[in-house]
Amino acid sequence: MTVHSEPVQAPWDRAGAGSSVDVEHEPSLALHIEDLTVSYEYRPVLWDIDLDIPPGVLGAVVGPNGAGKSTLIKAILGMVPVAAGHIYVFGRPHHRQLSRIGYVPQRTSVDWDFPTTALDVVMMGLYGKLGWIRRPGKAERQKALEALEHVGMAPYAHRQISQLSGGQQQRVFLARALVQDADLYLMDEPMAGVDATTERHIIGLLKELRSRGKTVLVVHHDLQTVSQYFDWLVLLNVRIIAQGPMHEVYTLDNLRHTYGGQIRLLQGLAGALATDGDGEAKPGDGRSAGDGGAAALGR
Amino acid sequence: METVWDVLTDFTVRNALLGALLLGTLSGVLGTFAVLREQSLLGDALSHAALPGICIGFLVAGSRQLWPLALGALVVGAAAAWCVLLLTRHSRLKSDASVGVVLSTFFAGGTVLLTYIQNQQLPGQAGLDSFLFGQAAAMLPSDLWAMGAVAAVGIGLVLVFWKEFKLVTFDPGFARSLGWPVRLLEGVLTSMIALAVVIGLQMVGVVLMVALIIAPAAAARQWTQRLETMVLLAALFGAASGAAGTLVSLVRPGLATGPLIVLCATGIAALSLLLAPRRGVVWRAVQRRRTRAEVESGRVLVDLLQLARAHGDENYASAQGMINAVYGADAQATLVRLEKEGLVRPVAPEHGTGRHWHLTPAGQEAARRLLEGRRDGREE
Amino acid sequence: MGAFLDNVDLVIIAIGALVGISASLLGTFLVLRGASLYSDAISHSILLGIVLVYLISGDVHSPYQVVGAALAGLATVYLSELLGASKRVKQDAAIGLVFPALFALAVLLINLYARDVHLDEHAVLLGELAFAWLDVVPVGSLEVPRSLLTMGIITVVNALFVTLFYKELKLAVFDAGLAHALGLKPRLLFYALLLLTSVTAVGAFDAVGAILFVTFVIVPPAAAYLLTDRLWLVLLGGCLIAVMSSVLGFHAAMYLDVSIGGMMATITGLLLALAFLAGPRYGLIARFLRLRQQRVQAHVRMLLVHLYTHEHEAEAEMENVPRALEHHLRWSPRLSRAVTAIAQQQGLITVEPAGQRLHLTEQGRRMAQEVLEPWRRI
Repeated sequence: MTVHSEPVQAPWDRAGAGSSVDVEHEPSLALHIEDLTVSYEYRPVLWDIDLDIPPGVLGAVVGPNGAGKSTLIKAILGMVPVAAGHIYVFGRPHHRQLSRIGYVPQRTSVDWDFPTTALDVVMMGLYGKLGWIRRPGKAERQKALEALEHVGMAPYAHRQISQLSGGQQQRVFLARALVQDADLYLMDEPMAGVDATTERHIIGLLKELRSRGKTVLVVHHDLQTVSQYFDWLVLLNVRIIAQGPMHEVYTLDNLRHTYGGQIRLLQGLAGALATDGDGEAKPGDGRSAGDGGAAALGR
Repeated sequence: METVWDVLTDFTVRNALLGALLLGTLSGVLGTFAVLREQSLLGDALSHAALPGICIGFLVAGSRQLWPLALGALVVGAAAAWCVLLLTRHSRLKSDASVGVVLSTFFAGGTVLLTYIQNQQLPGQAGLDSFLFGQAAAMLPSDLWAMGAVAAVGIGLVLVFWKEFKLVTFDPGFARSLGWPVRLLEGVLTSMIALAVVIGLQMVGVVLMVALIIAPAAAARQWTQRLETMVLLAALFGAASGAAGTLVSLVRPGLATGPLIVLCATGIAALSLLLAPRRGVVWRAVQRRRTRAEVESGRVLVDLLQLARAHGDENYASAQGMINAVYGADAQATLVRLEKEGLVRPVAPEHGTGRHWHLTPAGQEAARRLLEGRRDGREE
Repeated sequence: MGAFLDNVDLVIIAIGALVGISASLLGTFLVLRGASLYSDAISHSILLGIVLVYLISGDVHSPYQVVGAALAGLATVYLSELLGASKRVKQDAAIGLVFPALFALAVLLINLYARDVHLDEHAVLLGELAFAWLDVVPVGSLEVPRSLLTMGIITVVNALFVTLFYKELKLAVFDAGLAHALGLKPRLLFYALLLLTSVTAVGAFDAVGAILFVTFVIVPPAAAYLLTDRLWLVLLGGCLIAVMSSVLGFHAAMYLDVSIGGMMATITGLLLALAFLAGPRYGLIARFLRLRQQRVQAHVRMLLVHLYTHEHEAEAEMENVPRALEHHLRWSPRLSRAVTAIAQQQGLITVEPAGQRLHLTEQGRRMAQEVLEPWRRI
């Protein structure tokens, strides 16, 4: 079920391999994860994950609540301890590649009443490049303004962040990731709780990143739009259920396995699955009433 | 009664004042981060934990010098913070209960140690309990140096690691994704609260220290949207409270310093909550009245226009009585306001008595625009 | 009764126990609701109420003290909540703004107008149980320490309150929304709870002082909560712990010649530490042992899953050997040997030829499948 590249020779038998950190593992892949297990109090949150993301895709990670999607992102960033397994980003161990990864956390993970402006938040994205103690200067300010421009938030640069709407806050977070000028972007539910305009804007931005050769991996909350927006899909429920190009992986069977038990599909979703070859849903089939497909799932 | 000048030039006073300024400044700066990280009451726990720390320091050093007492307070304070963390992370207790448990039991331990020291009649123990409420007059120059050193370290750290502290406070997850040692930075920030507490012991005392951590920062928050300004204002407010409270306590001997400083700091916070632009209660109330007045003005204008049109004469002057009938007592104020803006003018009527009002050309224009706006279904 | 009162020590212990019981009955609900620190706030600000009553009535032991204290306590909570609700200050900071100011005001008033009166702010904070006998009131033919009488009455009142409103309090703590929807007025109940807390604080501050009172409100219920899941057991356990602390604390204080109330309060802390470490279900040690066991099982399952995943692949020869485990799963050779041994012991794998290739048994395969495809069972 998993998309593997077959090793001809066991990795630990390769000459000069072992714990040498300069050996590259699958440098042709943006993300290569082997046997990743993350547990919380010894209950598995992620179990035996084998994941490969080729460069330049716009990928979605989808799964039910508690499936470990946020944990996967955090594990790649080194934010949670790993019980087992290895993670490689562009061929090197992940903790050495943080400067090449951009991160958009969940919008609800911060207190937006903090005394700071939108511009300030975006400049924080450059803190990594500045290193210890150095303060951001004119050049950084300029970059931050450009990023805000890019997400359509330039007029709000000096606005207190508590005065921004949900969609605007999300765009500020995106701008912050943009200034990181990364090669791999990891985003945790960037389109949750935003209005339709912002959502369109965001997906436009993501597609632009892809066209510039960046790799984007997004935890997405909405089953109904995932096939329209993304071209690569990872179905996750503690284990990888399936991964690969959207049109191959987005099948009823796989969805059933991911969401467990019986799933009652909404009319629209069933229609969306009866698509033409390029994986785009037919117009009018897209949205049904109510929230994302997960709501219809009986678990 | 001494004059204020006598007081100011006195040696003791100068010491106490300098100490208060140092304390106020440091509490303001460090308190800002404590408040933003929602660790205000942890500061309360640390300051109550200082009591056993002071006693242990005294017992170990055998003297009432500030150094061992402060060190004891710092060490036990760190232990207290660690206990709170332990309880919150590894038990079912929520953070408020953990803080409460540590705060009260450490203080209880402190009372045991204090009564032990007092009952043993150990030399130098007299006045140990002045740490409960602070006694500015007991400040020695050597104490001042110690306080100055600690304040320098604290403020120095904040200046040097400004952007690190800022990001870790706002979004520790993102900081972690940059590869920063977030736990370490958070530990440093928490330890700095302990630093502020230690400095405050002699001036404000154990019980009231928490107010000096919270009040200046809370006050500062009302005036600004930027962290940089908030820290500066908090330092300013803290220093001002410290100075004012100390001065009063020195001019009027017999009044403990701690309560006076706290009342000053809380007073500044209360004023800020009321008067600050945008967040202040008074400001908001004024805003609301202004908006209501605007809405009212608009309605009167439109009504005048419609009355005029009904009479087929754009310069038709409506009787005051008519307007009063609809708008009641407020009508007069509204009309005066409109007159000031050049939108209406009072005239003496050709027939009938009393004031009449008619729209000026500008007023007609304004009223027309409002009317069109309303017709489009948009609210003004 | 006379015999009881003749035993000075026993009476002191009894007062301490009554303080503990009356405090922890109320404290149970405060702790569970996440409002523990309101007890800290109240115990400080009631001083203001007491001072104001004194200034108005001129009487240090005015019966209206209780009223003043109750009002001060309620005002503290009300102001704190108001401030927090205004959103200009976070809730925790709001609490820490209000009560120190009220307390500071009280101390200031004492400094100015009540210097030589018994209202010594140090005593308020610290209290001294040993002096309980200094203040007696005649009851019938007996002479009873005032504190004993006061705390006795308060304990009965608190016990009545908790018993009468048990169901409502339980719901208000665990599901305030539902309580409100059912018309049970959880907010009113909450304020009644705080009113009683203020009253109890006044009674207690004479005996043990303000801050030690806080210890009795928070620590015994918290300790009991670490030991049990049932609300009534938390209530009972809190009272038991309070009584134990009184007894032990008294004797320890006598031995060490230290503050009796302080010692009693410190012992509650020690008992909580004991519960935290050694509690049978939630104690740190118990959880550590459980975790160790779970960890072993987790590793075994990881091994099974790994074997199962590669079982039918061409790489099986390469993958299902101990060295592969060490590489893929980051296990030390020791760990991999230990887990293999345990898995073998549990009949989940076989190893053949000796020490080389690992095979799943039927049972092992089933367990692996359970982990991988839990939906199969549905």
